[in-house]
Amino acid sequence: MKVPVSWLSEYVDFEMSLEDLAHRLTMAGNEVEEIERTGWIDNVVVGHVKAVAQHPNADRLSLVTVDYGDGEAEVVCGAPNVAAGQKIAYAAVGAVLQDAYAEEPGKTKKLKRSKIRGVESIGMVCSVRELGIGDDHDGILVLDDDAKVGTPIGEVLGETVLDIELTPNRPDCLGVVGVARDVSAITGNPLRQPNVEFESKGPDVNTLASVEITDPDLCLRYTASVIQGVKIGPSPQWLQDRLTAIGERPINNLVDITNFVMFELGQPLHAFDLDKVVDHRVIVRRATPGEKIVTLDDKERKLGSEMLLIADPERGIGLAGVMGAANSEISESTTTVLLESATFHGVNNRRTAHALELPSQATLRFEKSLRTGLSEVGLRRATKLILEIAGGEAASGIIDVYPGKGTEQTGVRLDRDHIKRVLGVEIENRVVETTLGNLGFELAGDADGWDVRIPYWRPDVSIPEDIVEEIARIVGYDNIPTTTLSGRPPQWQPQPEMELRARVTDALVQAGMREIISYSATTSEAEARVALPADMASEVKLRNPITADFAVMRRTLRETILDTVARNSRTWRGPIALFEAARVFLDYGEGLPEERQMAAGAFVGPRNDLHWDASTDSSDFYDAKGAVEAVLDELGITATFETGEDATFAAGRTAVIKVPAANNVVIGVVGEVAGKVFAQFDAEVETATMFELDLAAILKVLKGREATVKFDEFTRLPASHRDLSLVVDTGVTAGQIVEISNRNRIVTSATVFDLFEGKGVPDGKKAVAVRLVYQSPNKTLTADQIGKIEGQILKQLSKELGAELRAQ
Amino acid sequence: MPESRETQDTQTSETVEELKLAAVAALDSAESEEQLEIWRVDFMGRKGRLTGLLRGLGGLEIDERKIVGAAANRLRGELEVLFEGRVSQSRSTQTPVGSIDITLPGRKPSLGGLHPSTQVVREITQAFNEMGFQTVEGPEVELEKYNFDMLNIPASHPARDMFDTFWVDSDTHDDILLRTHTSPMQARVMESNDPPIRVVVPGKCYRYESTDATHEWQFNQIEGLAVDEGITFADLKGTLYEFARRIFGPSQKVRFRCDYFPFVEPGVDMSIEWKGDWLEIMGAGMVHPKVLENAGYDSTKYTGFAFGMGPERISMLRNEIADIRHFFANDLRFLTQF
Repeated sequence: MKVPVSWLSEYVDFEMSLEDLAHRLTMAGNEVEEIERTGWIDNVVVGHVKAVAQHPNADRLSLVTVDYGDGEAEVVCGAPNVAAGQKIAYAAVGAVLQDAYAEEPGKTKKLKRSKIRGVESIGMVCSVRELGIGDDHDGILVLDDDAKVGTPIGEVLGETVLDIELTPNRPDCLGVVGVARDVSAITGNPLRQPNVEFESKGPDVNTLASVEITDPDLCLRYTASVIQGVKIGPSPQWLQDRLTAIGERPINNLVDITNFVMFELGQPLHAFDLDKVVDHRVIVRRATPGEKIVTLDDKERKLGSEMLLIADPERGIGLAGVMGAANSEISESTTTVLLESATFHGVNNRRTAHALELPSQATLRFEKSLRTGLSEVGLRRATKLILEIAGGEAASGIIDVYPGKGTEQTGVRLDRDHIKRVLGVEIENRVVETTLGNLGFELAGDADGWDVRIPYWRPDVSIPEDIVEEIARIVGYDNIPTTTLSGRPPQWQPQPEMELRARVTDALVQAGMREIISYSATTSEAEARVALPADMASEVKLRNPITADFAVMRRTLRETILDTVARNSRTWRGPIALFEAARVFLDYGEGLPEERQMAAGAFVGPRNDLHWDASTDSSDFYDAKGAVEAVLDELGITATFETGEDATFAAGRTAVIKVPAANNVVIGVVGEVAGKVFAQFDAEVETATMFELDLAAILKVLKGREATVKFDEFTRLPASHRDLSLVVDTGVTAGQIVEISNRNRIVTSATVFDLFEGKGVPDGKKAVAVRLVYQSPNKTLTADQIGKIEGQILKQLSKELGAELRAQ
Repeated sequence: MPESRETQDTQTSETVEELKLAAVAALDSAESEEQLEIWRVDFMGRKGRLTGLLRGLGGLEIDERKIVGAAANRLRGELEVLFEGRVSQSRSTQTPVGSIDITLPGRKPSLGGLHPSTQVVREITQAFNEMGFQTVEGPEVELEKYNFDMLNIPASHPARDMFDTFWVDSDTHDDILLRTHTSPMQARVMESNDPPIRVVVPGKCYRYESTDATHEWQFNQIEGLAVDEGITFADLKGTLYEFARRIFGPSQKVRFRCDYFPFVEPGVDMSIEWKGDWLEIMGAGMVHPKVLENAGYDSTKYTGFAFGMGPERISMLRNEIADIRHFFANDLRFLTQF
């Protein structure tokens, strides 16, 4: 909302600086985003046209002699309306003006001395557009005759405008008077209300027109006046200036007055040419489905059955509170005006405007459910101005059809204690009464508080807290003390899902991975790249996606993590090890989808940063598996990795992760991404390895388990270790050797620490070195005892795996 | 006599000068600490040549003794400085047996890192945790009821314009949406818990909004809610002021001004002073009685306050990130800076 300071000053005085006022308004809820100054241009002054002569070389140009106070200048001018004796805006050389011919508005141009068709022009006579105060460029701006020659133009045309970012609850401040009322409350200075008194000497209004509301649910009140004998024409300069200053284009006096009152009081109005209303009968009704109307913008609109129409007995003559119709428009020949000031149903008005894509200043106000009291005030104010400006005679009385009468809340009870209960501080009675009084609330006080009457301009006030806010915002939030919560904090409740995600995240970071957060939405096609199983739950589709790239909520983290590592591989030469812990969305068709917590990580590129003593190998399966092992260690879960099949991953290079202690439940998968899958991601590396952990499944595994680690007293007896160098078939796995070795309870660990194939090892065989640690909980083992156990293990390895000791 | 005196002077001076030349040449050619030690004993030691020269002064007349003595002592000083220089030079160039190149980089374990949003979310939630607020989370795909209706934003309320909404396309439901804020958890938490309530709710939110440097259709938000008997606006100010001190530093200036959100009354905008401007970082207010009633709380008995803020926005301020789109692009050139 743009509020010109000169306009505001008509209703209230303020002594503080504009900056201070802007600050106080902002603190009170009307945020002043900017203090705009228009019309102040250096080197532009009021000039007097002394003489106008024909340009010797151009028919359409004239030579204008301008007295600018400190001297005279001869200016070449192309405006048709320039004439001797005028007061005009004279721009001297060096003035920075709006470029009237620029494609994009706001571009400026510095005025230079120039020759136009052979004649030197010193300066310029300006148009409205060049001065940046409006759009008109058909001719020069002619100033009032009493403007003093040589005065800086800002003193004549300059306007300062407060640009206020209004909150949706304050339709009263969509009128300058509403803002003035806040200023009045802030400063304590009285508000000067606009005059709404007028003389009505004409015939009884009811003999000239009638109004009938057939759908009272959508029109709570309809007031109207009739003015006969008006003369339509341009508005007086002051009225045009008011509208121009807030960016509205003056049209004619009638339309300008209705606009002016809307911006003054916040009540939208509409003027009909009464002679164009059949039978002078106005009917407020719902449109019949498919009914058509040509609106003021000359577009035919097809209406729905929930749209409210202003009609005469034969046709629609306006879309209620949205836009008038061309058939009843005010024109130059109009002499009798029916002025409408109504209260339409807010939600309905808003829906109609949305459906027809006709946002308007009227809907901006009506949609906030204006109070019915405002319509009559607006009607009287506009009628008075019409009589003053367009002449004519007002019919006696007003039409007032008021089905909503008595349905609105009229007051709020405010108990004294309630103020302290909400704010935490006592506010003196005197302050409460003055503050609310200045805001226009009528109070009836008693021992415990006040009965507060809700003024007609405040539809947002309905409960005591609303009144408390009124007091607090004017007193200033700054003046309310600061305390800390004193009550008992609530009982802590475990949040296992969130805590698990944090633990997994921290473990992966400690394992050297970097966390990402990506978009939750994707497309079906993008997700299809990772070959999800066909029996997966449906995706959550968006009804109104913002772009085609984000049409469905993701069901997997695999696609985004692969996309992210692939994108980074094009710009990042070091190791890339990324993970995400987030929700995927699975729709089982039962209301809200399942939001399942997952974690996924991927590795591409070299394992290590370039380093003098580190391998330059690419990361591989064992990096991804290591990250998983780090998480499992952190969580205290013993899992097995079994050869698995998953269409995202390469066959033979994929493990399914199971927890034997929990019925072998699958908690994730790790592997090398299948070549044909990863090829679709346009990466600069050949392979990627990836893991996915199902945090929801892990949560089930952990459920009921002791959360804290129980210390296991370690034995102080010495442990012995022996290394075995075995030769086995290449198909034998490390896991098999370790499993057999671990069967003996004296063996506390079995670790494969070297693998070798090639020279010295027969074809089809590999050498495996295993370190076994032997420890008895209750005695020191002798070499003989260890040798015996080792013999048993070797025998078993030989029997089950065909393992042989490697010849040294 | 004058002649003989001259002669003697010359002789003695030459000796000091000669000793200097010999000593400097010998010092230059000494290559090890052992040789330097030999040099020191030879020239500077108790029986060294310089001592010998000084001892020889006894045979001179008193005036000459003073002159030559001064010259010899000056030379001692000079030679000591030169000697010390050579010793430290020798020590620095000499490589002890088994030396390593300590300039080579160490074996630094690769450090992972948290996404900057997670870092800020954790920092903020921790600040509130320490004030007794527990962290909880809620669904991202939400019912209209929780996202709007229970928060005093009925259908077609003009305030819904403040929340451009993604709706879910479903054959069976037309009331499912992507939550536009974390505020639905106010309703959910109150619905399933009795007061007192003190929670903070971080999480992803979504708004139907074109993306540019300062707008994203996906972002994180942190909601807060405290409800109990006797909670006041002054408590709201105190709690949020303490938060600002924790996150922005003890001397941070904070401003509370009137603002409007349908689910609070009175409504608050909290701004911080940042490089000479006031920047809004949080919306807040006293929980609207209708919101309390909608959740089944007795609004004549309980009061509360709620607040909401955007961690990405706070990170953009503190870390001087000009474009919000960096957050979910996950470029390592961005992520590795935090």
